[in-house]
This record gives sequence, C-alpha cells and structure tokens, in this order.
Amino acid sequence: MSVNYGSKRIVTGAHYGLRDWLAQRVTGALMVLFTAAILVQVLFSRGEIGYDLWAGIFSAQWMKALTFAIVVALVYHVWVGMRDIWMDYVKPVGLRLVLQIFTIVWLLACGGWAVQVLWRL
Amino acid sequence: MTELAKKRPEFRNINALKDLPTYRLPAAGIVSILHRISGFIMFLMLPFIIWLFDTSVSSEYSFARFKAAFNIGLGVFPGWFIKLVALGLIWAYLHHLIAGVRHVYMDTHHAVSKEFGRSSAIVTLVISIGLTVVLGAKLFGLY
Repeated sequence: MSVNYGSKRIVTGAHYGLRDWLAQRVTGALMVLFTAAILVQVLFSRGEIGYDLWAGIFSAQWMKALTFAIVVALVYHVWVGMRDIWMDYVKPVGLRLVLQIFTIVWLLACGGWAVQVLWRL
Repeated sequence: MTELAKKRPEFRNINALKDLPTYRLPAAGIVSILHRISGFIMFLMLPFIIWLFDTSVSSEYSFARFKAAFNIGLGVFPGWFIKLVALGLIWAYLHHLIAGVRHVYMDTHHAVSKEFGRSSAIVTLVISIGLTVVLGAKLFGLY
C-alpha cells in the first residue's frame, strides 16, 4: 500500500482528531490544577475539616465559576475518552451509535446536576 | 538484528480465555489498560460522585447524610460497602491522574526511551497503589 501519512497523506476529511487529542490533554491538565487548588485549600486550613470549611471552598462566586469551567472540561474529557473506548471495542455501527448517544445524555445530565448543585450553594 | 531472529509467539484473533492468561503484559501495558479501566469506572460512577458532591456541600443536614452513608450505610448498602466503592474511586482517580501526567510528559518529550516507558510505568503503579493503601487505611479508620 502506498504511503498515506505525514506529508504524503491524502486529505479526504475535515479533521483527524488532533483537536480532540489536544483538548483531552488540556482539559486533563486543567483538572490536575483544580485538584491541586482544592487540596491546598483543605490541607492548609485551620481548625476542624467539616461542613463549613468544605462548603466554604465552593461558596465564593469565582470558585463557582472556576468549578463550572472544570465541569465542562470534565464532560469534554470524558466524551473523548469514552468515544475512544466505543470506537476500539464496539464494531457494529448501530450499537456504537446507541452507546455514544447514551454517553452524551449521561454526561450532559451529570454536568447539569453538578451545575445545579454549584449555584444552589 | 539478532533480536528479530528470535522466534516470538504470534497473537492473532486473541481469545480472552486461552491467550490472554499466557500473554505477559509489560508494566507500561498494565498502566495503559488500567488507565482505560479507571476512566470507564469513573464514567459509570459519575452520578454517585456528583451525589457525594451534592450532599457534602448543599447543607449541614445533607452533610450529615453524606457522613452517615459512610458510617451507617445508604439504602440497602452498608457503610463498609460505600467506603469500598469510594476507595475504588480514589484508586481510579489517582491512577488516571498519574498515568495522565506520565502521558503528557511523554507527549512533550521527543526522546522517550523504552526503559523510561518501563520505569515510569512502575513508578505510576507504585505511587497510585501506595497512596490508595494509605488513604484506604484512613478511610477505614486504621489510624
């Protein structure tokens, strides 16, 4: 078979997954930083680690906005990863489509719930 | 070239029961498949994770329910089972995070050797399992 990659690649579509590949890494890095930010606030706190401290971390408006951005990043990250899994292991197109639709509904529902929790606080 | 001359087992049409037990997966391969499995587990458990977030921040009253889930139980599930599930999620998160950092490091460094792949995979497993054991002991009240 002739070479069909690198500069010899025959361009036939719009994109080849670079955007998703990069997005998965960027969103992953954001979640690592967010984890560190939460950990620092818990570990360097004074007094008992209870409801007031924990809820206090998320109650500031800027923290809600940041957490919201992280929820969106998480949903995108999980979508890319789950799509990879379905594409690797589920070959029948119909079943794959059903699983992908399930994934999207599942993620949007979970994301919506998390956002509701945030702004009810 | 002598490496290539050696006769190596060929795997085609892998049978999960006959071939997989005899296939010795290298450390990097174990980290790779666990990265996938841990991600899948967290995807399935997402409603539980958000329930934990919801009950832990919403009010003093819901926070008491959050604590009771671990100490007394939740519905038909006893407390120790909820702790076990939480520990499973702790492992999944730690492994996924550390393996992810390893992934990004390898993506950003062109000269990655086979040896680095092996050693970094072992480091990933040691740190993720080690931290899981330490946090698990705390979760189950051993210290």
